[in-house]
Amino acid sequence: MSANSTPWRSDTVHYRRRLFVSRFNLAMSLATMALGMVFLCWILATLFVHGMAALSPALFTQMTPPPGASGGLRNAIVGSGVIVATATFVSTPIGVLAGIYLAEYGRAGWLAETTRFVNDMLLSAPSIILGLFVYTVYVVPVGHFSGWAGSMALALIAIPVIVRTTENSLRLVPGSLREAAVALGAPMWKVIVNVTLRAARGGVITGVLLAVARMSGETAPLLFTALNNQFWSLDMNAPIANLPVVIFQFAMSPFDDWKALAWAGALLITAAVLALNIVARAAFRQGKAR
Amino acid sequence: MESPAAALPDADARLLTRRAAIGRRQDALFAHVTRAFAVLVLVLLAAIVVALVYAAWPALSKFGARFFVTDAWNPVTGEFGALAPIYGTIATSAIALLIGVPVSFGIALFLTELCPAWLKRSLGTAVELLAAIPSIIYGMWGLFVFAPFFAEHVEPSIIETLGNVWLVGPLFQGAPSGLGVLTAGIILAVMVIPFIAAVMRDVFELVPPMLKESSYALGCTTWEVVRHVVLPYTRIGVVGGIMLGLGRALGETMAVTFVIGNAYRIRASLLEPGNSIASALANEFNEAADPVHRGALIALGLVLFVLTLLVLAASRILMARLARKEGGGT
Repeated sequence: MSANSTPWRSDTVHYRRRLFVSRFNLAMSLATMALGMVFLCWILATLFVHGMAALSPALFTQMTPPPGASGGLRNAIVGSGVIVATATFVSTPIGVLAGIYLAEYGRAGWLAETTRFVNDMLLSAPSIILGLFVYTVYVVPVGHFSGWAGSMALALIAIPVIVRTTENSLRLVPGSLREAAVALGAPMWKVIVNVTLRAARGGVITGVLLAVARMSGETAPLLFTALNNQFWSLDMNAPIANLPVVIFQFAMSPFDDWKALAWAGALLITAAVLALNIVARAAFRQGKAR
Repeated sequence: MESPAAALPDADARLLTRRAAIGRRQDALFAHVTRAFAVLVLVLLAAIVVALVYAAWPALSKFGARFFVTDAWNPVTGEFGALAPIYGTIATSAIALLIGVPVSFGIALFLTELCPAWLKRSLGTAVELLAAIPSIIYGMWGLFVFAPFFAEHVEPSIIETLGNVWLVGPLFQGAPSGLGVLTAGIILAVMVIPFIAAVMRDVFELVPPMLKESSYALGCTTWEVVRHVVLPYTRIGVVGGIMLGLGRALGETMAVTFVIGNAYRIRASLLEPGNSIASALANEFNEAADPVHRGALIALGLVLFVLTLLVLAASRILMARLARKEGGGT
């Protein structure tokens, strides 16, 4: 840069080249952003067009059909709801309590450090591995696929998400709030449950909603656990129908009716997941404002 | 707790001490319960590894090290080698990073340096929504929309141009089917871009404005500030974000299963169908009745798990180092 003879004049070749490089790279940056948006719109538009074409009231009132017939997704929608709800009820207390330990008791110790590290690993671990794990420790000993196994696999996906968000939102609660409660003579557990956790409520709820969103779209861990069921069943101790696996099987099939149902299911799932994400964000912002 | 109680009448004092004792006992209980759940999370990881090793044992003990270096996969004759799916996993992830990293960098750069304030939040949210779309949707879109488009409009010209270039030519030869390692890699790229871009945006925003303003005052162009101030300052975080994206790409199942073509072979050309560890599991696991076949598939899962753990651990350690630098007030 110093080789140029007149560095102060803004119309030198050198300066113009620097400016050109800068503008060119920034234009490329703009292009990448546009590319990202193109893909987002392309995917959503595809989903919308194919999904809307297959959307009908029958989706919610009829069962998944045999090959070549028309039908709905009722058993799959309800099955997914049951599996995800069970997993949420199991994972929320575990995740919140572990998160409380990390934020309130173990800020520094080796146990908390290691747990945090392991939690981060689990947060990004491939979901199909969690399915394999539940298969080996539950499905094989029990001897059959079941809704419980599906819920267990999904809970394993949700727990790290809830641990992480609980810890982060508890840490945002100012220390003076805890000190004030302790000064009034409240035992530590009351301080945590009635003061700290309540102050961090918005963040914790956000975490649970994000976990539900993540679970609702997961397919891989359900393949070896909940499997699928063509018929109406709410028995958690037997294979149970669920949207993601139905979508997978129907989309890979050669039948047009099945493919149309797969698109409708895909639209439903994406709408639910995106809506949950938006609600979670709103809950988080509200929690922050309060 | 004891001393103020001593100044009170006897009955009140006893009540207070008893309450304090109850509070302490409840406290201890609560602390132990929360710690137990934290330990549960900790034990989970170990349990996964142990369970997978145990379940993979029939295959691991039969084939030994041969499992990892041969590419024969034949359930009928009972010969299993993991090389083809391992190659597919690494190849698709490498393509995903090759495409995804520059694009993510561009997006993060746009969001932090160029984007007008009123657009920042909605575009940021849009990128995050791209991350929230379930992977099976990427798979369907890839199979029904992107693969045909790619086969018709892009692959023929790739074969004509890149296919004849010296050295890289063999990578891009064959029939334009739309399904294969390259398509899977591109779809993985679209999937990991939001993750990497989000991390890069977050670390770019950590750069103290004074550093940037000083370089602008010295006459630097925007690009020079990014290249010589922002990037060096956030180097560790950027690498951490890339590793995080790599971790995602390695383990992604559904999107890859739809488009990779599911063939147990290693071909030079990226346009040929292949297989990845996750897609092999998704496709075959429920049909595998023989314990050795099942064991071989679980052993594949173990390989994948160890691979992602290494990548994620590296990412986490790099990010921690960045956080320490921040905390130290460089």
